[in-house]
Amino acid sequence: MVYSLPTEPSPEQVREQSLYREMGLADDEYEQIIGHLGRLPNWTEVGVYSVMWSEHCSYKNSKPLLRKFPTEGPRVLQGPGEGAGVIDIGDGQAVVFKIESHNHPSAVEPFQGAATGVGGIIRDVFSMGARPVALLNSLRFGSLDNNRVKYLFEHVVAGIAHYGNCIGIPTVGGEVVFDQSYEGNPLVNAMCVGLLSHDQLQKGIASGVGNLVVYVGASTGRDGIHGATFASVELSEESEEKRSAVQVGDPFMEKLLLEACMEMVEQELLVGIQDMGAAGLTCSSAEMAAKGTCGMELNLDRVPQRETNMSPYEIMLSESQERMLLVIEEQNLARIEAICKKWGLQSAVIGQVTKGDRYQVYQKGECVADIPVMTLVDDAPIYHREEKIPAYYTEMKEINDTDQLEGHNPESLFEQLIQSPNLASKRWVYQQYDHMVGTSTAVLPGSDAAVVVVRGTDKALAMSTDGNSRYVYLNPEQGGRIAVAEAARNVVCAGAEPLGVTDCLNFGSPENPDIYWQLSKAIDGMSAACHTLKTPIVGGNVSLYNESGDQAIYPTPVVGMVGLIEQRAHITTQTWKGAGEQIYLLGETLAELGGSELQYVVTGQVSGQPPVLDLEKEKSLQTGLLAMIRQGIVTAAHDLAEGGIALALAESCMDSGLGAEITLSSPHSHVTALFSESQSRVLVSVKKSDMEKLEQLAAKYQIPCTRIGEVIEQEKLLIEVNGEEVIGRSIPDIKQLWEGAIPCKMKASLTN
Amino acid sequence: MYKAIITVTLKESVLDPQGVAVKGSLHSLGFTTVQDVRIGKQLEVTIDTAEREQAQQQTEEFCQKLLANPVIENYRYQLEEMN
Amino acid sequence: MRFAVATFPGSNCDLDCVHAVEDVLGAPVSTVWHQQTDLDEFDAIILPGGFSYGDYLRTGALARFSPVMESVVAAAKQGKLVIGICNGFQILCEVGLLPGALMANDHLQFRCATPELVVENADTPFTQDYQSGEQIQIPIAHGEGNYYCDEQTLQELEENRQILFRYNSENPNGSTAGIAGIINRAGNVLGMMPHPERAIVDWMGSADGAKIFTSMLRNWEER
Repeated sequence: MVYSLPTEPSPEQVREQSLYREMGLADDEYEQIIGHLGRLPNWTEVGVYSVMWSEHCSYKNSKPLLRKFPTEGPRVLQGPGEGAGVIDIGDGQAVVFKIESHNHPSAVEPFQGAATGVGGIIRDVFSMGARPVALLNSLRFGSLDNNRVKYLFEHVVAGIAHYGNCIGIPTVGGEVVFDQSYEGNPLVNAMCVGLLSHDQLQKGIASGVGNLVVYVGASTGRDGIHGATFASVELSEESEEKRSAVQVGDPFMEKLLLEACMEMVEQELLVGIQDMGAAGLTCSSAEMAAKGTCGMELNLDRVPQRETNMSPYEIMLSESQERMLLVIEEQNLARIEAICKKWGLQSAVIGQVTKGDRYQVYQKGECVADIPVMTLVDDAPIYHREEKIPAYYTEMKEINDTDQLEGHNPESLFEQLIQSPNLASKRWVYQQYDHMVGTSTAVLPGSDAAVVVVRGTDKALAMSTDGNSRYVYLNPEQGGRIAVAEAARNVVCAGAEPLGVTDCLNFGSPENPDIYWQLSKAIDGMSAACHTLKTPIVGGNVSLYNESGDQAIYPTPVVGMVGLIEQRAHITTQTWKGAGEQIYLLGETLAELGGSELQYVVTGQVSGQPPVLDLEKEKSLQTGLLAMIRQGIVTAAHDLAEGGIALALAESCMDSGLGAEITLSSPHSHVTALFSESQSRVLVSVKKSDMEKLEQLAAKYQIPCTRIGEVIEQEKLLIEVNGEEVIGRSIPDIKQLWEGAIPCKMKASLTN
Repeated sequence: MYKAIITVTLKESVLDPQGVAVKGSLHSLGFTTVQDVRIGKQLEVTIDTAEREQAQQQTEEFCQKLLANPVIENYRYQLEEMN
Repeated sequence: MRFAVATFPGSNCDLDCVHAVEDVLGAPVSTVWHQQTDLDEFDAIILPGGFSYGDYLRTGALARFSPVMESVVAAAKQGKLVIGICNGFQILCEVGLLPGALMANDHLQFRCATPELVVENADTPFTQDYQSGEQIQIPIAHGEGNYYCDEQTLQELEENRQILFRYNSENPNGSTAGIAGIINRAGNVLGMMPHPERAIVDWMGSADGAKIFTSMLRNWEER
C-alpha cells in the first residue's frame, strides 16, 4: 500500500478537486496514470508523473517533429538521449556538446537564472565523462531602450560571467540579439563543449541488481519546486517564503563536483552517472532505471537535506543545483567516498538497483511511491498537434518593401547600422567573461567562430551559435536552413570542417496551430540543411510556451555548431593581415532585404521574405572555402551576415590597423549592393601571388568569385559602387561608434 | 549560546565603488536627499559558550584574524544571548 | 629548478601554470594539494589564479589558512621564489607576504582583456629578461584587481622599486598608481593580477609573459 502524508491532499482529493491540473497534467493524462498504477496515485506520484511527462523531460509536443532530424553519421558516438551528444575527432578523442535554455528562470531572476543555466549545461557535459573546455551562449532581449530590458541584459551577462569565470571554463563565444519580440520573454541559451577519450564515455544508466545509487554534491532544499505545490495549500507566511525559492547557483561547489567526477571517471568507478537537473532526483533516477530496464529503490531519509521537514514530494521534485546521481558497484564505494572527502563533498548511498520494473521510494519506513518505471519514460503521452499556415505569413509574403529602403544615403545607413546594438561590438559583454582561462583559446570572442586548441595535438575546435529569428518568422523553413548553414559557414571560415549540431528550439505555445506550424517548418528547414551539410543533430533542448501576454516570441531555433580544425596552421580569422592583399567576394549578391537588419533599423519592423538559401550552393561554397584554407592561401575569411557586405568589410578592418579600398559593380541599387543579406557569401583575402590559385579553386568548386578590392595601409574604408563613391570613412572613427554603442546605452542603466 | 552580529565595512578612507553606484541610482530615482551610501556585510555567528566575556573575546579574535581585512576594512559587532 | 603549483579548492589556473612551466622552460613541475605541508623539494612556488574557496568572505581570505600556506611563508623566508598570479596575488596580500589589499574593480564588473603593461623594474629575479620601461601585453581576468594601499606604503613601494608592472594607458580596475604587480622588500615574492601563463606563445595573442618564467629560471641558475 502506498502511504499518503496527512498534510497533503489525499489521492481522492486529488481526483475530486482535479488538483493534478495545477501540476500541468491534463484530465486524460491523469486517467492514464490511474490505468498504469491500477489505483489512484498519491500526491508524490502525481508530482513524479507530472514532471516526467512535462515537455522538458518527455518532449511530448515536439517528439514527432524531432524525429525528422538527422541524428546519425560516421563520427557520431552518441546522439540525442544522453546528457550531451558525442562526436569522434580522431586519435581516440571525442568532442561532447550541448545547448540548453534557461529562459523562464532568467526572466524572473536574471542573475541566478542565467548562472544556474550555465551550471546545468556544464553538468550535462561532465556527466558524460568529458572535461568541459568552452562555453558559449545565445541571448535574446527586447529593445535596449527599455530600462527593464537593460536590467535583464546587465544581470544575465553578470550571472553567466559569475558562474563560468568562477568554475574556470572559458566563455569563448555566442551572440546577443535585441528585438521587441523578446521584450517580455528574454532567451538565455547556454552551450558547453567538452573533450573526452572514447574509453571514458559515461552514460546515465542504472544496471546491475544490487548496485548502489549514490548522491553526491549540494544538499537538497526547496529550491525550484513547481509552484503548483503551493497553489494547493493554504497560503501562510511560511508558504509565501517557500514560494519565492529561486535556485541559487554555487559555481565553487560545482568546480569541486566537476573535479571529483573527473577523478571517478579516470579511476573507472562508475556504472552510470546523471546530473540532477530539471525535475531533480525524479528525472535522473527514473531515466537511469528506464535506460537500464531495471527497478530502483530510493530511501529519502538518506538524501542530504538543507531544510527540515521536507516531504517526499519536495525532495523528489527539488531542483537544488550542483548535485549528481551515481550508480556504482558496492566494492567501489570506499574509493568514491575517499574522492568526495578529498574535494570536501558530501555523498550518501540513497538506494539501490532492483530486479523487475518497480520504481519505489521510501521515507520513514513507508513506501511513498511505487510506479512501473517504464510508464514514466516510454509511456509518456505524445501529441500530434494541429498545424496551420498563419495569416501573417501569407500577408507578409506579398509585401515587397525593399522600395522604402531605397533613396537613403548609404553612408548614413551604414553609420546607423554599425551602431545598432545587434551589429555593434559586443565587447561590453565578452570582456565580462573570462574567455582565456584554460590557455587554449586561439580565436577570441568577436570573430565568426571561436577556436579552442586541443592540447597535445595539432588539432583545434571551432564553435559558433547562430539563429536569425526574423528570417524564421518570415519563413520558418528558409530561416531554419539559414540557421544551420550560417553556423556551419562560421566554423568553416575559422578553418574547420563542421562536425555536428546541438539545437535549442525556443518557440511559443505548441497548442497554437500557427506556432506549431512554425516549429514544424523550421525543423524541416534545419533537417534539410543538416542532411546536405552532413552535420547531424546530436542533442539539444526544446523550450516552448515562450510568450508574454498573448504575444509569442519570434520562433527562435538556435544552432550550436562544432567543427574540427585538423591543423592549427589552418586557423583563420576575419581580420585583414597585410596591405596589398586582394579581397574577394565568394558568392552572389541578390536583392534580398526582407527581414534584414537594415529593414529593422529603418522601418522598425520586418516584412517580406528572407534571403533564399540554396543548399547545394552553400555546400559548394563551404567545401571550396575549406579547400582554399587548407591549401594555405586564405589570409582572412569572414562570413557575410546581418548588415551585408558593408558591415563585413568594416568588421574585417576593425582590429587590423589597416583599411580596405573596394569597388563593387552591381546590377542592383547602392543600398542593395551594400546591405543585402544574401546567403552563401564569404569575404576572403589572399596574397597577390595566390590570386590565380584562388580563382582556380573557386572555378573548380563552382563558386562565384569576384575580386572586389584590396587591403590598404591607410586606416580607411572606401567603397565605390558602379563608379560612385558611397562610403568613405576612417576606421578609428567608425570603430569608436561601433564599440561605443552598447556601453552608451548601458551607461544610463538603472538597477531596475 | 551567544550570537555575534558582526558588521564589516570598508574604512572611511577607502573608496566604495558599489556604494557610489547605488547612490547614483538612488539619485536618479529621485532620492536626492541621499548624501552617501556605504555598503558592508553582516555576519551572524553562533558561539557555544555560556560566558559573555569569552564570546566577546573570541569574536574580537576571529574578526581580526579572518572576518575583516584590517588593511581596508573595519568591523563592529553586538552580542546577543540566545536561549 | 623544480616548480610547485599550489592547488586550492576552487583554483582554476593551476594546470595553465603547469603547462606554462613545461612549455616555456621544460622544467619539472607538479601541482601540490592545499593540504600538503612539505615543499622542501621545490625551488619555486606558484600560487595560481582562480576562485579559491569560491572567493567567499574576501578573495584569498580563506585560502590563506590552508595548510600549504605555512610552508609557502616558510619558503619565502628561505628566499625561494614565490609568484602569486591573480587569486594568488590576493592570497599573498591576505597572508601578509605582500602589503596592501585587492578590492573590487572600480567599475564593478569582471574584466577580461589584454592591457598594455610597463615593466617598471627589470632588475629582479622575475623580470631580469625584460628591459626597464619595456611595454608588454599580458591578459587580465578578474573582478577584484583594484590594488589598494595607504600613502605611506605606496611611498615605500615606489622608493624601494617594488612596483614591477603598471598598466600603461588605461587602468582596467582603478588600482592605486596603476599597479599591476609588486614584489616584497626582499625581492623574492611577486604578486601580479595579469596572467603571464596566458601569454607564452604567439597563437595566444601575445608571448610577452614567457620572460617571467625564463627570468626565474635564469636567476635560479645564476645563484
